[in-house]
Amino acid sequence: MIRLEHVTKVYKTSTRPALDNVSVEMGKGEFVFLIGPSGSGKSTFLRLLLREEVPSKGRVYVSNFDVAKMARRRVPRLRQSIGCVFQDFRLLPTKTVAENVAFALEVIGKPRHTIQKVVPEVLQLVGLDGKADRMPTELSGGEQQRVAIARAFVNRPLVLIADEPTGNLDPDTSQDIMLLLERINRTGTTVLMATHDHSIVDSMRRRVVELDHGRVIRDDARGVYGVGR
Amino acid sequence: MRASFVFSEVITGLRRNITMTIAMILTTAISLGLLGGGLLIVRMIDKMQLIYSDKVQVMVSLTDDISANDKSCSTSICANLQRELQGSSNVETVTFQNRDQSFQRFQQLFQAEPELLRLTRPESLPATLQVKLTDPSKADVLVKAFTGKPGVKTVDDQGVFLQRFFGILDSVRYATFLIALVQAAAAVLLISNTIQVSAFTRRVEVGIMRLVGATRWYTQLPFLIEAVVAGVVGSILGIVGLGLAKVFFLDAALSGPIASGVLPRLDLLDVVAISPILVGVAAVISAITGYVTLRLYVQL
Repeated sequence: MIRLEHVTKVYKTSTRPALDNVSVEMGKGEFVFLIGPSGSGKSTFLRLLLREEVPSKGRVYVSNFDVAKMARRRVPRLRQSIGCVFQDFRLLPTKTVAENVAFALEVIGKPRHTIQKVVPEVLQLVGLDGKADRMPTELSGGEQQRVAIARAFVNRPLVLIADEPTGNLDPDTSQDIMLLLERINRTGTTVLMATHDHSIVDSMRRRVVELDHGRVIRDDARGVYGVGR
Repeated sequence: MRASFVFSEVITGLRRNITMTIAMILTTAISLGLLGGGLLIVRMIDKMQLIYSDKVQVMVSLTDDISANDKSCSTSICANLQRELQGSSNVETVTFQNRDQSFQRFQQLFQAEPELLRLTRPESLPATLQVKLTDPSKADVLVKAFTGKPGVKTVDDQGVFLQRFFGILDSVRYATFLIALVQAAAAVLLISNTIQVSAFTRRVEVGIMRLVGATRWYTQLPFLIEAVVAGVVGSILGIVGLGLAKVFFLDAALSGPIASGVLPRLDLLDVVAISPILVGVAAVISAITGYVTLRLYVQL
């Protein structure tokens, strides 16, 4: 589903590569934690998958897309098959919960009857049925992240990328969000989550890919956050 | 493409930036109003050329004694002159106009100036031979040939006067176009600035749009349409302004010359005729400005 082959990324403003000869493969339906300290290359990794960046060397594949080589006009197709969740939720404060989710479908030209059908479904899936008409500011952090996840998942992406999704949440709420991501993973969606959260990684016992200074220094099938730490 | 979505985005964008939108619309309106004014002058010149090309190009005024006594160009001097003129190359028609007819024509021309009419006696106007030329630009040959002949008081090429008059109109037109151009530059900068502000206030939306895979058209079209809507509304305001200026200002100021037929009448139809040009110019310029701004200054 995701494959990086000898990927190196050097930013113009820096001499040290952000990613250094990284090769890694993630299969369909996998749940993978991407860990490592700040500046280890996690964000660059995710940005390459979304083609926010192109690699300096090597190749990136997501599903059938040759991400680095694809024409610019095909990039929207790639992004439609990837869902994204962030630490800061990125909801539109002027739109209701349902409108925030519907927005993701409207802007890719989905017909109205489809939107009216799938938005309530996905809100139910993330446990927000009954809150469709609330404004984001009226919701707790955990609920806001559920809206963001609903928006990322509503188009049934092949891959869900989560960049520190629990970074702003308390441990209990974080646990709920992880359960939700697991549920989404069980539908066959590949979930790739960048995180600093030890306890979550340790309790989930999923595959862990650790980056340091732009290199993959560990890839455990059922890992914990820190070996021997 | 969901049109309703794009248009609701456009309305939101224009409302959020309301002061800037108004400034943009007004500047566009003034610029296009001036452009329209220039175009109206062009139309007026065309109409005038049409009117005057039918009329006399060279006027041979006869001496006082002929003017006073000869009502039908029957004296030998006058008849000879008429025959000679008729025989010259480049002459199409020659018509005799006696003193009374000249006076009638004078009254008609200056009906808006009662004082002038009161002061003018028929005796101060000459009888004339009105010569229509095949090629008005070669009038000077005729003027030279007939000046100083017996019975001739003066020979006037009316084309010279008309040229001078058209010259003035031409410079007014150029000045109008120049101001319109300066205003247009201001309008273009305002449109560009408004789009940049608009894109900045909507960067979160646009970021999400890009992330979920909206195409370039979806992310940029609202901004482009915003610019075009403002441009077109501005041009319509400009056209309305031109119409009002015509009805309340121009008609009153020029009523005299228009009534006497010296100046052609500008109809509201003339304003209507140039409006598609103005709307088109506004739409094209604002669209181009929008597109270039999005390409160069806005990272979407």
